Amino acid sequence: MGMNLNLKATELRLGLPGSEEHEKQLPSSTSRSNKRASPEVSEDSRTSNGKSSLLGSRNCVRDDAPPTKTQVVGWPPIQSYRKNNMQVKRDEGDNGGVYVKVSVDGAPYLRKIDLKVYKSYPELLKALETMFKLTIGNYCEREGYNGSDYAPTYEDKDGDWMLVGDVPWEMFVCSCKRLRIMKGSEARGLSCL
Amino acid sequence: MIEDPVYQMSEDDDRSPPLDLGGPASVTESSNKTRNCTGVSGSGSSPIEFQAQYPDQVLENVLENVLYFLTSRRDRSAASLVCKSWLHAEALTRSDLFIGNCYAVSPQRVTARFTRVRSVSIKGKPRFADFNLMPPNWGAHFTPWVAAMATAYPWLEKVYLKRMSVSDDDLAHLADSFPGFKELVLVCCEGFGTSGLAVVASKCRQLRVLDLIESEVTDDDVDWISFFPESQIYLESLIFDCVECHVNFDALERLVARSPSLKKLRLNRLVSIGQLYRLMIRAPQLTHLGTGSFSTSAEVMAQGEQEPDYVSALAAAFAACKSLVCLSGFREILTDYLPAIYPVCANITSLNFSYANINAEQLKSVICHCHKLQIFWVLDSICDEGLQAVAATCKELRELRVFPVDAREDIEGPVSEVGLQAISEGCRNLRSILYFCQRMTNAAVIAMSRNCPDLVVFRLCIMGRRRPDHLTNEPMDEGFGAIVRNCKKLTRLATSGLLTDKAFSYIGEYGKLLRTLSVAFAGDSDMGLKYLLEGCPKLQKLEIRDSPFGDAALLSGLHHYYNMRFLWMSSCRVSRRGCREVARAMPRMVVEVMKNDLEEEVMADYVEILYMYRSLEGPRDDTPKFVEIL
Repeated sequence: MGMNLNLKATELRLGLPGSEEHEKQLPSSTSRSNKRASPEVSEDSRTSNGKSSLLGSRNCVRDDAPPTKTQVVGWPPIQSYRKNNMQVKRDEGDNGGVYVKVSVDGAPYLRKIDLKVYKSYPELLKALETMFKLTIGNYCEREGYNGSDYAPTYEDKDGDWMLVGDVPWEMFVCSCKRLRIMKGSEARGLSCL
Repeated sequence: MIEDPVYQMSEDDDRSPPLDLGGPASVTESSNKTRNCTGVSGSGSSPIEFQAQYPDQVLENVLENVLYFLTSRRDRSAASLVCKSWLHAEALTRSDLFIGNCYAVSPQRVTARFTRVRSVSIKGKPRFADFNLMPPNWGAHFTPWVAAMATAYPWLEKVYLKRMSVSDDDLAHLADSFPGFKELVLVCCEGFGTSGLAVVASKCRQLRVLDLIESEVTDDDVDWISFFPESQIYLESLIFDCVECHVNFDALERLVARSPSLKKLRLNRLVSIGQLYRLMIRAPQLTHLGTGSFSTSAEVMAQGEQEPDYVSALAAAFAACKSLVCLSGFREILTDYLPAIYPVCANITSLNFSYANINAEQLKSVICHCHKLQIFWVLDSICDEGLQAVAATCKELRELRVFPVDAREDIEGPVSEVGLQAISEGCRNLRSILYFCQRMTNAAVIAMSRNCPDLVVFRLCIMGRRRPDHLTNEPMDEGFGAIVRNCKKLTRLATSGLLTDKAFSYIGEYGKLLRTLSVAFAGDSDMGLKYLLEGCPKLQKLEIRDSPFGDAALLSGLHHYYNMRFLWMSSCRVSRRGCREVARAMPRMVVEVMKNDLEEEVMADYVEILYMYRSLEGPRDDTPKFVEIL
């Protein structure tokens, strides 16, 4: 006895028998235009319907359609204005203050980057290297950034200047307020610590 | 947006029995008859100044005076069913009208029966329309209502509409017809734009309240705020946080400055923090504030200027708002500014952070001050850790809503049973919860049922469809069963996760006060729905999607459907034949059958969407093409 019902196998769904099932939520149509929703806009989010509990093989109208991800309309039940607002923020990338200023010693002006765009330190450092046309080198725990005149540092929530790379990435993203790429003797001084 | 408790009450207080389905006889006629039958009461001599009246007339006057004090809808409906003269007296003294389903009764019938109405509330579309489960333009038009009321209720003061389709013409008609109009509240409405708002602003000279909540407002390029005349100095509430176009800030500032009675002001996300500051210093008397973006404007950001230090100035402005109890907005929050709200935290009872993507640390810095908090809406970005902080401080919490930042199904998810458990342990006075999560356990739900026995509303949304308890891999039956068993005041329930028919047998057995139930992707067979229809005598609103309930289950509820406001079933297993049978058996039910996807061909007998409701009027005459009434 027990709950080995394998409901998925007996589930009646729309689609050709044996078709692979990828159930993904379609990202909500992010028309920020507050013009009345046109039928096309609403259609987008309701394409090949996810009537996932239904007629199954009896309804083979979509013979020509490739096995699709079953997109489920209106699930999870979040009202569209709420979804659109979160989408807006994702698009603008301007939430939680992860745009940080980046200064490089000797450069005439600062830049701003969005830390959320990067998933790890190597990605971030590569982007900085490209942006400022310099080499930062590799991080090592003992000696910081060796083999380079530059060292990336950041100001954390407490106002202290820290070496980039010591803490886990997520913690860094949360606590980093601005970046400063140090150069020359100051940087070398760090690596001697 | 925080639902004003008054509106919330309208939702929960809907206990009115069905309108007298026997067909009302002409009310005037019957009361005349009564008078004629009695003749003069001639006992003894009466002083000249006191005219002896027919005894029934006296009774009716007494009744009217008494009924004047009766405000509960349920009591009024009960009173009106006593006899014809009570029906008449009650109809004369009812000043607040509540229409739970705009198609249950016609404007003509309503205006004929109730002649002295000052305030009207009308609800239209079913709730699942919010989630695109139904094509647009289904109906719920305000037009016939405003037309009927324009002639019948010249003294109308207040209109509250929820999920109605309201056009600019409707708003113009309203503005033209009611010289004493004071309050307009539109919740989840659409069909109008800034031009309609402009007409209301300029013509409703007595306007006190203009509240636009979660409504879609088209941008007609009309500067509606400027249409409030200089003589408009009585405004008490202005809520426009859902309006997605810029408002003329100078005009808004002048309006706020000349409105000393303004208590509620909720700005839209296009108002910057600098503008917020300027408004706040003009309105320290505010009790409800929606902060708008709570961020600097785009131009300032682009120039990379050092943002002026608004924090201390803003904190002072907040500190000056000694009456502030309800705070919302934070639409694009710059967390550096969060400390500005610390001065009001100790007093606020309602906080809406549901647009603020803040983490646990940032939340903690605020919530640690919020000892009086009763209503809290937040994003799951605060994680279980944030919820633990809420549980530690907010001992008076009555309502919690946790929304997902990322509403997809197969992701990790930052809140879980850990947060729910913590809330249940810390917030024993909880009445209402809406919780979106990716994983949950029966144990945590059971714990909540024990720790929070006063729960009235329990809505759990495990976003992955049919997800079991993620620790035991069992269905969520026991958790929901415990909720209905232990929370004896429960009136609203929304289920999710893997549920077998057993869960529904629990609900049917214990959910005796349940009025509203939402079911999605749940159950094994017809028995599930049968348990509900046979077991829950108070059930009024039942919405079901993607569950394996068919005709047999549908037909097992015939004894109950007249007591309900509506039944919604989409992507279930009901057929046209079954729906037609219901329509035949119940002449006062309107049985609407709809297709959501207009392109797709479906089997002839299959019903994609069933929406049925009781009505005194029979099939409506404004059905769009995709609706068929059986």
